[in-house]
Amino acid sequence: MTRAVDMLKDAAAVAFFALLIFAPFLGLQLSDNDAGGLSLSARPALLAAAVGLTFLARIAMLLWHQYRPAAPNVHIAAAAQKSGKYIAPALLVFALVMPFLPGLPNAYIDLGVLIMTYVMLGWGLNIVVGLAGLLDLGYVAFYAVGAYSFALLATNFGLGFWECLPLAGILAACWGTFLGFPVLRLRGDYLAIVTLAFGEIIRLIITNWVSLTGGPNGITDIPRPTLFGLKFSMAGGPGTFAGFFGLDPHPSQRITFLYYIILALALLTNWVTMRLRRQPLGRAWEALREDETACRSLGINVRNTKLTAFAIGAMFGGFAGCFFAARDGFISPDSFTFMESATVLAIVVLGGAGSQLGVVLAACVMIGVPAMLQSLQIYRMLIFGAALVVIMVVKPRGFISTRRPTVALRKAKEIGAELIAQGRG
Amino acid sequence: MTILQVENLTMRFGGLTAVNNVSFTAQQGNITAIIGPNGAGKTTLFNCITGFYKPTSGGITIMHGKPLRLDKLPGHAIARKGRVARTFQNIRLFGGMTALENLLVAQHNKLQAATGFGVLGILGIGKYRAEERAAIERAKYWLAQTGLLERADDPAGALPYGAQRRLEIARAMCTEPVLLCLDEPAAGLNPRESAALNELLLNIRADGTSLLLIEHDMGVVMKISDHIVVLDHGKKIADGTPAEIRSDPHVIAAYLGEGDEGLEETETTL
Amino acid sequence: MAYALQQLVNGLTLGMIYGLIAVGYTMVYGIIGMINFAHGDVFMIGAFIGIIVLTALTGVTSVPLGLLAALIISAALCGVYGFSIERVAYRPLRGSFRLAPLISAIGMSILLENYVQTSQGALERAIPNLIPGGITLMQQDGFVVQLSWMQLAIVIVTLVVLGIFTYIVTRTPLGRAMRAVEQDAKMAALLGIDTSRTISITFIIGSALAAIAGVMFLLYYGVIDFYIGFNAGIKAFTAAVLGGIGSLPGAVLGGLLIGLIEAFWSGYATVAYKDAAVYSILAIVLMFMPSGLLGRHEVEKV
Repeated sequence: MTRAVDMLKDAAAVAFFALLIFAPFLGLQLSDNDAGGLSLSARPALLAAAVGLTFLARIAMLLWHQYRPAAPNVHIAAAAQKSGKYIAPALLVFALVMPFLPGLPNAYIDLGVLIMTYVMLGWGLNIVVGLAGLLDLGYVAFYAVGAYSFALLATNFGLGFWECLPLAGILAACWGTFLGFPVLRLRGDYLAIVTLAFGEIIRLIITNWVSLTGGPNGITDIPRPTLFGLKFSMAGGPGTFAGFFGLDPHPSQRITFLYYIILALALLTNWVTMRLRRQPLGRAWEALREDETACRSLGINVRNTKLTAFAIGAMFGGFAGCFFAARDGFISPDSFTFMESATVLAIVVLGGAGSQLGVVLAACVMIGVPAMLQSLQIYRMLIFGAALVVIMVVKPRGFISTRRPTVALRKAKEIGAELIAQGRG
Repeated sequence: MTILQVENLTMRFGGLTAVNNVSFTAQQGNITAIIGPNGAGKTTLFNCITGFYKPTSGGITIMHGKPLRLDKLPGHAIARKGRVARTFQNIRLFGGMTALENLLVAQHNKLQAATGFGVLGILGIGKYRAEERAAIERAKYWLAQTGLLERADDPAGALPYGAQRRLEIARAMCTEPVLLCLDEPAAGLNPRESAALNELLLNIRADGTSLLLIEHDMGVVMKISDHIVVLDHGKKIADGTPAEIRSDPHVIAAYLGEGDEGLEETETTL
Repeated sequence: MAYALQQLVNGLTLGMIYGLIAVGYTMVYGIIGMINFAHGDVFMIGAFIGIIVLTALTGVTSVPLGLLAALIISAALCGVYGFSIERVAYRPLRGSFRLAPLISAIGMSILLENYVQTSQGALERAIPNLIPGGITLMQQDGFVVQLSWMQLAIVIVTLVVLGIFTYIVTRTPLGRAMRAVEQDAKMAALLGIDTSRTISITFIIGSALAAIAGVMFLLYYGVIDFYIGFNAGIKAFTAAVLGGIGSLPGAVLGGLLIGLIEAFWSGYATVAYKDAAVYSILAIVLMFMPSGLLGRHEVEKV
């Protein structure tokens, strides 16, 4: 009986806090009045509902803590471990055939393109944050460099997508090296703010250097990728994909083509990362994350190793940016805000820093789910923010919190998250 | 033949002089121990030799082939060019990586060179495979020497304390140093583990590597050192063989102060 | 000369506001070692509560009384916000490595911004200048250097608040507890200090300072929207890092510097790139002084 009373007291306290918190914003509403000033109106019903909901939610939470089944985690974890081997190949097969699933509306292929783009960005940032343990809050800068490089090269010099793709990567990598050189010796959180600052500087430059970048209006008429010179035009006729293969032109053709391009790019990123992990370089990145001082004492050039991680991560960001510009044919500074950096970082952390498969799962959840909730458009970001908090509190180490060693004498065993460091900068 | 020469080394932190004009030499193939009461400046001296502090004045030279000034090298070059490896007082293993992986990271520079800037390695061509196999063999050798072969695939962070200490030594040896510096290798070890450590260090010496160690455990120091340097308040107060140090009144006074209670006890320990 | 003086006046006023926010940032970072991304949004919420209180008190003719009410109510409610944010988003992750709390903080920031946006609309809200007028400091070539009463009020309020705050941190048992937990949380706990309570109080005080800064911002610029927190947050964090994170005088110094950089850059170059100038100066300073201007140089124990 006392337990119930305690619960009620606890929930009442929480509800009181909720009252204080919600009162100004939910209980009252600012509006412009006719006199040109501001006036307030009261919304007692909304406030009461919010407080009431909080009260009930708290009770539910307390009850769940009380009566939840003991240690279900052990069984789930073991099952997940076993099935883990099959998840990755299954996802790969699904990704390969998805556009050809019968009856699939274009919107889903488009969503696939979006998710794949973020998967690639996640895999790129994973090298920096997950493997090397460098806290980069400005990854969007490389995305932007890639996109704008392609846009400017294409509109000023008439180069096509395939020519610009490697250039975009190289330019992004150069920018990454240039940026990384002075700042990579900074301690973790200092590095974080500086990378964030650089991301913002890039955004400010592309917004304000109107003569070069078109400013807030962006750049339009960016050429779309071609298949060996065949354009994907709705007009049909010679020189187009539809014309060459004798098909009726259909928008799904272009979207499918785009989908396979990004899939290929993403798989390239993944392949390079997996290979690098088994190389001394990848191992050095992970060792850096674990203990930088020990690395130095073993003769590893810490600065160059960090720079390489930064530059390679930047390169993949650049590739993704180039693709992004080609996808819509149009880019503007609005697409390169801190929110993008934060989203990609959240994908990496949610996936379980360092895990490739985790990034895929996290991207599906974080991009796929909000996209499907289009009906709740105005509440989308609200739910997104809340989801980030909730997911981190519940699963701080992300979906896949184990690490697979890259070499073994006998059998490689998964290493649990408690032993893995997250880097100090 | 001298392997390490420390000349007039001084290290000042603001107003505090931690190491005051210390000079000594370590002979090749010897185990040289640096001892002294707490606060004597041993770790500071050590950190200067291994490149973690830049000395205020003085020089540290490693004599393997061409003499090389260690105090002029950047941190990571000490292991690479100077061929000086070290272990740490607070174990610094790569906890989230297996024992084997730890030892492979130690061989990074050699392996990295074989990958041809990483590109050839990614593509799977070149001599990388052979080099990696050789590196694994070297790792296996040192795992066997330190009795850790069974635990090669276990995460380093999950190993028991004594095993972690040994792994750190194995890792340092994988860099193929000419001078191995150990910072309190016996700290926290029980008598049986200390004896095993002694054997390991003697084996390392027999293989040709010189050792330099800081140690408080007199059992280890007296049993295996060929040469002892004693510091007190940043200054060198004695320098000689274990027998000489044992009977040096300055050393006894430094450990005890001026009084003579417990003098007998110290004499027995020493 | 006169023009420069005006920029100086403007810059210092703005800098004091940034300094207030930065102090809160640095306090929290010092005590639990995490970047509280949501701090800038507490500043924004403080500004909104300020505007709500002032609107509610439209009939009241006494301006100082209205302002005082706005300051106190805003500070108190934001204290509640700060306490709740810590409890919900950070406390469960204490002891976890640093990435999860960071994402949680970012999520909280997004949550707060959109909370205000959906509940109050995305439009910006404006209030008239409540303390019009000022004094003329000097005149030169027809350019008048003005120190407005508003600016003076902001500087005075900020100094008073910082003074009280410094007193709390240096002279009271609470302040001692805060400094102890900041230096060594485990040891402080062993000595009987309730670290959880101390951390909560740190958040409450930091949030209250941010709220006061928010109200000042509202009065100074007269216009606010739900997004001001993001920008101010980054600037304040930049200020804290510039001054040396963990150092309270450093935070104030950093804030003043950033205010001055913004004012002078806007005055002599272009307004468009003023933020870029701030961030660039940050990068340059950190290149040469990796611990910030007044930061403690952390020597890693080897």
